[in-house]
Amino acid sequence: MTTREPGQPSSDRSPWNWLLVLPIALPLMTFLFNADEPRLMGFPVFYWLQIAFILVGVACTTIVYRMTR
Amino acid sequence: MSGHTTELVVFAVLFLVVSGMGFVAARWRRPQNIESLHEWGLGGRNFGSWITWFLVGGDLYTAYTFVAVPALVFGAGAIGFYALPYTVVVYPLVFLVLARMWSVSHVHGFVTPADFVRARFGSPTLALVIALTGLVATMPYIALQLVGIEAVLKSMGITGHLPIIIAFAILAAYTYQSGLRAPALIAFVKDTLIYIVILAAVIYIPAKLGGWGSIFDAAQAKFDATPVKTDGITLNAANQLQYITLAFGSALALFLYPHSLTGVLASKNRGVIKRNMAALPAYSFLLGLIALLGFMAIAAGTKPIGTDTNTIIPRLFDQMFPDWFTGVAYAAVGIGALVPAAIMSIAAANLFTRNIYREYLNKQATDAQEAKVSKLVSLVVKVGAVLCILLLDPQFSIDLQLIGGVIILQTLPSVALGLYTRWFHRGGLITGWAAGLAAGVWMLYLIPNPAKGKAHFGGSAFALEKLGLDTPMTVYAGFLALAVNLVVSVLATLAFRAAKVADGEDATSRGDYFADEGDPRVKELDLSASH
Repeated sequence: MTTREPGQPSSDRSPWNWLLVLPIALPLMTFLFNADEPRLMGFPVFYWLQIAFILVGVACTTIVYRMTR
Repeated sequence: MSGHTTELVVFAVLFLVVSGMGFVAARWRRPQNIESLHEWGLGGRNFGSWITWFLVGGDLYTAYTFVAVPALVFGAGAIGFYALPYTVVVYPLVFLVLARMWSVSHVHGFVTPADFVRARFGSPTLALVIALTGLVATMPYIALQLVGIEAVLKSMGITGHLPIIIAFAILAAYTYQSGLRAPALIAFVKDTLIYIVILAAVIYIPAKLGGWGSIFDAAQAKFDATPVKTDGITLNAANQLQYITLAFGSALALFLYPHSLTGVLASKNRGVIKRNMAALPAYSFLLGLIALLGFMAIAAGTKPIGTDTNTIIPRLFDQMFPDWFTGVAYAAVGIGALVPAAIMSIAAANLFTRNIYREYLNKQATDAQEAKVSKLVSLVVKVGAVLCILLLDPQFSIDLQLIGGVIILQTLPSVALGLYTRWFHRGGLITGWAAGLAAGVWMLYLIPNPAKGKAHFGGSAFALEKLGLDTPMTVYAGFLALAVNLVVSVLATLAFRAAKVADGEDATSRGDYFADEGDPRVKELDLSASH
């Protein structure tokens, strides 16, 4: 599964890599979510949205890994 | 003391079980011969996805993080939550970078980031600079793990330094014997315990405190009542830029630490690393929840022991949980300190062996000699960390660690950008490193902390008004220092080229950066076969 043929790809370039920008940029744009309301299960949006960004990060890295291996 | 007997017994039993595992680890995935750095220092370079996940997770999310991050949230609110975006941003950021580092390191047999820099830029001096930076940044980090254990012991009513010395002596003994296999095996226990404790905490404690909504409301009420303007459950105009640059700067710095790379280089192929970049955020989720324990402590009216806010989370557990479970929680923090401390001391020892001993003291060192020196240095490093705690104010270690984050960032142009471009001149990189370091330390020196009555090294938030700008905004000092470093590196590279100063040879070739397990060049490194 993990062992490749000796003929290696000679580059790690791929248009899919651009997807990695999303989980890097989104959590750093604090002006989008620096607020108390709306709350979710008692969590201010500042907290629940940033926790939700973990899922964005996982989804993006998983997609890039699967599409480029 | 008597009120803590149950906690103490549970803590001691778990601690001893784990210590036993540390010694047995030498037999785990037994190598034919452990006397080489690839075996002792990198566990045979053959760890799969699961082991790597536990090992790297156990390494990056340290006991100190578990104690200090909620303490920061407890004291200042939203700014302390930077740890979450920091650990969300880091994995997509290094996804491609670490795969390249793995490949080039396996083709050339690199053990440390300085090994790579030496070959890439043909400069033993630059490699020495990178190695020393790594050593200086890592040492206080190890000492801080002791602060984590100390916070727990203090909460059980144990004072004095003897227990810490014993704990570190045991740690030193099994690291000496088993190398990276010891923390890799213990990490399973550590992470399992931490997951159990934190998940229990975030379900059980809010239920007792009237739900998450009232926890956040209590925190907001507390911050509203303080005269300080920079606290609160959301960010404000003064600290928003600090939050962003601190999260981003910390993410850039994380995998420049030699101990982070140790876990990465120990994995068996590129796929393991990439899968881990997708799976490690599970720990970020945990860290986010841990940070919120700070708010729970506010809502529960928890008071730290004396002025040591690092005891706030152990105190919260003591207050909320039944005794036996508090013991489990304390053991999780205590064992949580051992895994990173072991990996850090191994990484520091490898740096010394590869980039100082072999470079300057014994150029013909054999594999066995390298392993022997590393084992001894790992002991010296731990003694040094214990002495730091015994002889110096623990606050000094915290300050040093703060400086450590800023200075390790200064290796970014050589190590991380070096994986992508050979454009920089070795002299330019050294000049940029020096400029960035000077700028970073100067900025940290100018940061006061009125709350702790300190005029200097009071934090990492540099006020832009000190540069003559009319703004209340603060920014992460490491981030500005890195900017200085990059600009100077570029200018100095142009200057060295114009002056026709000789540049080093690049010992790597383009294909080396993409080689994977199964590639004939990588196979040459199959060490179990060569012994």
